[in-house]
Amino acid sequence: MYPENFRYTKEHEWVLVEGDTGTIGITDHAQEELGDIVYVDLPKIGARIEQGGSLGSVESVKAVSDIYSPAGGEVTDVNQALADAPEKLNTDPHGDGWLVKIRLSAPEEIAELMTAADYRKYVEAEK
Amino acid sequence: MIHNVRTHISQNEALLFERSSPGKRAYQLPELDVPPVDALAALGAGNVRAGIDGFPEVSEVEAIRHFTRLSTWNYAIDHGMYPLGSCTMKYNPRVNELVARIEGLAWAHPYQPEALAQGSMEVMARLEAMLAEITGMDAVTLQPSAGAHGELTGILLIRALLEKRGDPRKKILVPDSAHGTNPATAAIAGYAVENIKSTETGLLDVSALERIVDQDVAALMVTNPNTLGVFEENIARAAEILHAKGAMLYMDGANMNALVGIARPGDFGVDALHLNLHKTFSTPHGGGGPGAGPVAVKKALEPFLPVPRLKRSGKRWAWDYKRKRSIGRVRAFYGNFGVLVRALAYILAHGGPGLRNATVDAVMNAVYIRKRLEPYYDLPYGSPNMHEVVFSDARQAAHGVRTGDIAKRLIDYGFHPYTVSFPLIVHGALMIEPTETEGKAELDSFIDAMISIAKEAETDPQLVKNAPYNTRTSRVDEVSAARKPVLRWKGGEG
Repeated sequence: MYPENFRYTKEHEWVLVEGDTGTIGITDHAQEELGDIVYVDLPKIGARIEQGGSLGSVESVKAVSDIYSPAGGEVTDVNQALADAPEKLNTDPHGDGWLVKIRLSAPEEIAELMTAADYRKYVEAEK
Repeated sequence: MIHNVRTHISQNEALLFERSSPGKRAYQLPELDVPPVDALAALGAGNVRAGIDGFPEVSEVEAIRHFTRLSTWNYAIDHGMYPLGSCTMKYNPRVNELVARIEGLAWAHPYQPEALAQGSMEVMARLEAMLAEITGMDAVTLQPSAGAHGELTGILLIRALLEKRGDPRKKILVPDSAHGTNPATAAIAGYAVENIKSTETGLLDVSALERIVDQDVAALMVTNPNTLGVFEENIARAAEILHAKGAMLYMDGANMNALVGIARPGDFGVDALHLNLHKTFSTPHGGGGPGAGPVAVKKALEPFLPVPRLKRSGKRWAWDYKRKRSIGRVRAFYGNFGVLVRALAYILAHGGPGLRNATVDAVMNAVYIRKRLEPYYDLPYGSPNMHEVVFSDARQAAHGVRTGDIAKRLIDYGFHPYTVSFPLIVHGALMIEPTETEGKAELDSFIDAMISIAKEAETDPQLVKNAPYNTRTSRVDEVSAARKPVLRWKGGEG
């Protein structure tokens, strides 16, 4: 369910690190909790985000929720496809439903995040 | 099991634009008894319009039927209980309307000279004084248009005071159970927002507050009773912690219906709060508004209140615009005056003891609902509730039935749904606020409907999941409506 090569936050975001690039999304648990997602608000390319800073928000039928950045850096790409197809966040949160890519400014921040095993336990405990 | 509802004829109604046929009209003017004037010659071509494209043309009876039929599609507090939590959908007494229609008040004009507006000014002055007394505060502005506008005004007042002290500060603290407008207000007022997690019992975490409050914190915004309907019993201690560090306590007065006549925010350390006259003080609400969100403050904030301020000038009332430290106007003229008249009528009709009784009844009704529904619905926080009660859908979710499904099914029983999925700290929340308006018979009818739905969720979950059935339209596809909204009517297309 939760890819081993991702790292996870307590706020239910994931990050996949490849070189100095981090791809960020929300977890399957997050999309399950939010329900049908109808709108995604993402930052502009070039925006600088701190770890824990707001990357934007996702809106479901139930609520609007902030997305917090798992790590600091500069936004290099955003998933434009979500504008027309926000449902990708529900159908493929760990793949096609990725949100943004950032150039990591402090790669050591990644070590503070949860592994897949830690995150599974964390989600179980929250239930 | 459904007692309140029978199907009856409910007529379809096209848009007025689709009913139009050229030449029909709903008025008749008398014969002209003065010489005709050529508008084109008198005003110039640039100021005269020949016709309005697509303007609907219907007869009088067609116009009347159009709006009357649409009105039968509605559900309102005049039809039945409206238990929308956090919204205080109480009955709007007819005496309010009677008073608001008194000629001198209904036809007052904001440009009327002060000498001819003394009655209207007296209405506002009395309302300010009564709201100050009810809240235990020193001064009140009636200008803000509704709750969120009041919040913004209140936070701007706090900002102005802190700036005057040379220390504007950076952060506003908001509990995780707050109304969404609280962090939005703080952000628009230029502050960073920091969340405080509630304790296990759903209350403000005072020890966390003690750790977090520092020289950067401008204020804590708190709703009391909070969105679980629970009184923040440590509110006075929270005020002390904030004040010791030079920060202020802002109260969202959305839930004042639990406090009026019993407890005064000014007495438990609040520096500023807004009231929702359309909730607590029975003025029209929702689409029938407009609202009014007066802000009450302690003395230190008074110099910053919006201009103009009412002041006594000999035996008369006057408007005072010369207030150097004022944050300026927050609204044209003096606020939603017609709403202010209704709120004053409500307060005077009740009197002090009557207001207190209303509060006691509001709490008693919510506690009654809690006690009778507790065996059927999960109660995530056991703290004693006041004017509203928050259940979760945990038991029904085991059968695949969620809070939104229960709410839709409630429509079949003839009730407006409760508030769904709020507060966010309760997973699958059912937030129920009956208000003092309802008598025991209506409460029992609502409770019986909720019990019946809880049983249906066990025996026939599909029935609940596909509700409603007794309505004009079956369940609408909310997801597609939000993902692919059709926002504009285009004549003749589809």
